[in-house]
Amino acid sequence: MRKEHLITATQLSRADIEAVLDRAAEIDADPSAWAEKYETAVLALCFFEPSTRTKMSFDTAMKRLGGTTTDMGGVESSSVKKGESLADTMRVVEGYADAIVLRHPSEGAAQLASEFVDVPVINAGDGAGQHPSQTLLDLYTIREHTGLDDLSIGIMGDLKYGRTVHSLANALTNFDVRQHFISPESLRLPRSVRFDLHESGAQLREHTELDSVLPELDVLYVTRIQRERFPDESEYRAVAGEYRIDAETLEDGKQDLAVMHPLPRVDEIAADVDTLEQARYFEQAHNGIPVRMALLDELLGGVSQ
Amino acid sequence: MSDRELRVSKIRNGTVIDHVSGGQALNVLSILGIDGSEGLGVSIVMNVPSAQLGKKDVVKVEDRELSQSEVDVLSLIAPEATINIIRDYEVTKKTRVDQPETVTGILSCPNHNCITNGGEPVETKFSIVPDGVRCAYCGTIIRDSIADHIDTE
Repeated sequence: MRKEHLITATQLSRADIEAVLDRAAEIDADPSAWAEKYETAVLALCFFEPSTRTKMSFDTAMKRLGGTTTDMGGVESSSVKKGESLADTMRVVEGYADAIVLRHPSEGAAQLASEFVDVPVINAGDGAGQHPSQTLLDLYTIREHTGLDDLSIGIMGDLKYGRTVHSLANALTNFDVRQHFISPESLRLPRSVRFDLHESGAQLREHTELDSVLPELDVLYVTRIQRERFPDESEYRAVAGEYRIDAETLEDGKQDLAVMHPLPRVDEIAADVDTLEQARYFEQAHNGIPVRMALLDELLGGVSQ
Repeated sequence: MSDRELRVSKIRNGTVIDHVSGGQALNVLSILGIDGSEGLGVSIVMNVPSAQLGKKDVVKVEDRELSQSEVDVLSLIAPEATINIIRDYEVTKKTRVDQPETVTGILSCPNHNCITNGGEPVETKFSIVPDGVRCAYCGTIIRDSIADHIDTE
């Protein structure tokens, strides 16, 4: 099934997800077979917020499919600085590219963009909203490690503003997964995400401490708690310290626990975890290439075939 | 309301919105986009006794027949409202408000970081969810005091 746009993870069915992950596995096995598939395609990279991984991996993914990319550049150097609306920017860029990857600081930006253009829009992060392409690579990593059914996952950190968390939680409702959410009270899941999870009958439990739930987890997905979410430095330090893990923390977890993180991390995962078998976050980041190649294949759907 | 208790005279032609939840009449006018500048005769009574609602408001708009889709959005703040279309002093049609699937351009999103608050050329759009409405752009759910979010600009 082809989708016109990828705006939120709630639009993805189990079949949609499996189709992209299966395609990603095919690409992973033989990337050279895909090197000329989209030779005339152009992907527009419109990042209204800084990005390293997402932007570079979409750029690389398009090029590995034989296509090229065109980059809006930073907001400072673009017409946005002159007061142009997002709607106008999108209508202009539509004429330059076969698909648009959009990151924007406002929630709902990708939805709005999709209403103004006919080419596929991929939401690469809209404020504290969604980041569904990250979710696809998260799911790919989990599937490779443990499979996506009969699974306990702990999602920890900033659950309120963490867009990767929102998309992942939404997408996991398609699978037989027990979701544990671990965060300070002030950073619990927002009402809108909680609503979606209840609507889909998800099994979810909320905790303020990792200790009680760690032994039963197959996957621990850690996210960064940002300084700007707290009124003062001391409160931030006190809270953030509670949600930091190191090699010693993981001694109470399963031997084959997978520790994941959308990156960038600051200090919520200590460097001594990096060398453990449980550390999957760099592999997770690398999976961004085949998964985004598969996603582009799904959305471009034979532009230059 | 019986004739004996009438506080505002009958209208000849137009629409009477009855059984509006007490205190919501001004919000009804706001949602309908009626602010007096149209020159229509408008009368309202507020907080009069009602067997059904305890207290109710009534809104009368002269020389304008409101369509069903115009009034359905009133279900957000006045779910019990009845709509009477009046022609030559007689009620020619009486309907209730039905809940619409979406509400466009009436409410503003309380999430300041929602793209609809960013000066973009779009109307707000909310879908109806149990006990509230949900922004079609950012997903924010409004459950309490929906009338506070009516866009009066």
